[in-house]
Amino acid sequence: MPYVVTDLCNGCRYTECVSVCPVECFHFDDQMTYIDPENCIDCGGCVPVCPVGAIKPAHHLPADKRQWIEINRQRAAETPVLTGRLPPLPGADERKRAILQR
Amino acid sequence: MTPAAARYRVAIIGAGPSGFYAAEALLRSGQSVSVDMFERLPVPYGLVRFGVAPDHPKLKQVTKVFDRIARMENFRFFGGIEIGTTLSISALRSCYHAVVIASGASIGRLLDVPGERLFGSRQAADFVAWYNGHPEYKHHAFDFSGERAVIIGHGNVALDVARILAKTPDELKHTDIAAHALEALAESHIRDIYIVGRRGPEQTRFSAKELQEFAELADCDPVSKLDGFALPAPDASLDAEAHAVFATLRSFSGPMSARRRCIFLFGLAPLAIAGDSRVQRMLLRRSSGAGSAEVAINCDLVFSSIGRRTAPLAGVPYDEAKGVHANIGGRITADGVALLGLYVCGWGKRGPQGTIGTNRACSVETVDHVLADLPQTDDPPAHPDSLFGPAGNRIPYYVDYSGWDRIDAEEIARGAAKGKPREKLVAFDEMIATARTNIAAEPAVVTRPSRSGAQCETI
Repeated sequence: MPYVVTDLCNGCRYTECVSVCPVECFHFDDQMTYIDPENCIDCGGCVPVCPVGAIKPAHHLPADKRQWIEINRQRAAETPVLTGRLPPLPGADERKRAILQR
Repeated sequence: MTPAAARYRVAIIGAGPSGFYAAEALLRSGQSVSVDMFERLPVPYGLVRFGVAPDHPKLKQVTKVFDRIARMENFRFFGGIEIGTTLSISALRSCYHAVVIASGASIGRLLDVPGERLFGSRQAADFVAWYNGHPEYKHHAFDFSGERAVIIGHGNVALDVARILAKTPDELKHTDIAAHALEALAESHIRDIYIVGRRGPEQTRFSAKELQEFAELADCDPVSKLDGFALPAPDASLDAEAHAVFATLRSFSGPMSARRRCIFLFGLAPLAIAGDSRVQRMLLRRSSGAGSAEVAINCDLVFSSIGRRTAPLAGVPYDEAKGVHANIGGRITADGVALLGLYVCGWGKRGPQGTIGTNRACSVETVDHVLADLPQTDDPPAHPDSLFGPAGNRIPYYVDYSGWDRIDAEEIARGAAKGKPREKLVAFDEMIATARTNIAAEPAVVTRPSRSGAQCETI
């Protein structure tokens, strides 16, 4: 039961998750981060630190988000590991405000 | 492995998560730094080995990360050396440019109520150390002949204690639980386990994920007593986690058919533990709703699980209010002024909270300060070799990482025979014998193959 980064990350990519991951299981591309399900140890430490609430346990995903389980698995295999924080993407703060006001 | 070649030498005290993450941050910094890690016990991993519950094996996979860090260049492990007794902080500081304290929070907080010393009143932390095979707790005896246990506290440790008491031998026998604990728990008569918190169900410290595990126990029904506690309105300033905890608690209302029950109680503050010579009742005050009332739970065991604080170290200023070493962002401070060369990370810095990975960010912050300060430090007057070499007789022995590898292999082999991931060694002498890393016994003469490969020459 690994954790999964969902599309809420796409466009923000705050990477707070990376700084608290004990096993460096986060990968990244230009849009967002992904969790490698083979390395995730289910500690859940990344969930509360995400500023937009983008990370969910795989078994709690609503039906319209379940495709992110496979996307995380696939993209983690194709992208490099992120070992430290990156600056958020341009416009991340505005996007976060919009998400939190929903 | 040539620490002498590095420009700066840093000592880390403690081989738990925060210590390993500090080592990683130092060794990845690109600076010329060597790290010597000192651990009180002969084995590494700290609370990952002695705190994380045996039925949470996936979390323990983090040790692979620690092993990778331990094999980085310029890292050495010294197990079985207690700083503060075997070696003083000042002796250590005289050998290193910087010392990072990563020895956690070892003291369980007391309830501070009458009767706390009665037989049957215990610290949750002691029980955890015992079932996890901590060598200093293997002789602790827990009496499970009674039927009722009360756990005071609503954090994840309280859930661990409840779950281990609630599980059947079949649910535990394929974990790395200590053999002595499995044996004692198999004879347990405990039927009712009360998990009691001072605050309401929307203010617990445990996580929804760990709470959910109570719905999956083989022979134990979870029950929540939520009378008088309403589900907060959706617009209340509650985070998703608090809502998930509340929803999980509300689901704990099914039919009672199992042999054991875990009963979650809220809004009850401890008043006293009562009994003639041994625990017979937990007295609590209901703090919610109109007025207050006293509540008594007949019980045989009480576990206090209300947090920990850091043990003070001689020579290190202490923050009594917070129960940590006095620090600002990881720099140890005396009267608010940083002491150059002395640092802290992990629970001894921020108190006992967070997940394992919280320590990564915490240690990175501390190491940033270490790296910024190193150019200002004086070269230490002594060299660590003076602690261990032929002339240095302060350290009788230590276990290095290859010694730990041998203990690890032995434990895994012993566990395989029982269908367990490992059977932990729980006796110091057995650990040391298995590690076979004895300074006095290290060969004074090293042999290597000659160029022809046919003979050995002595160097």
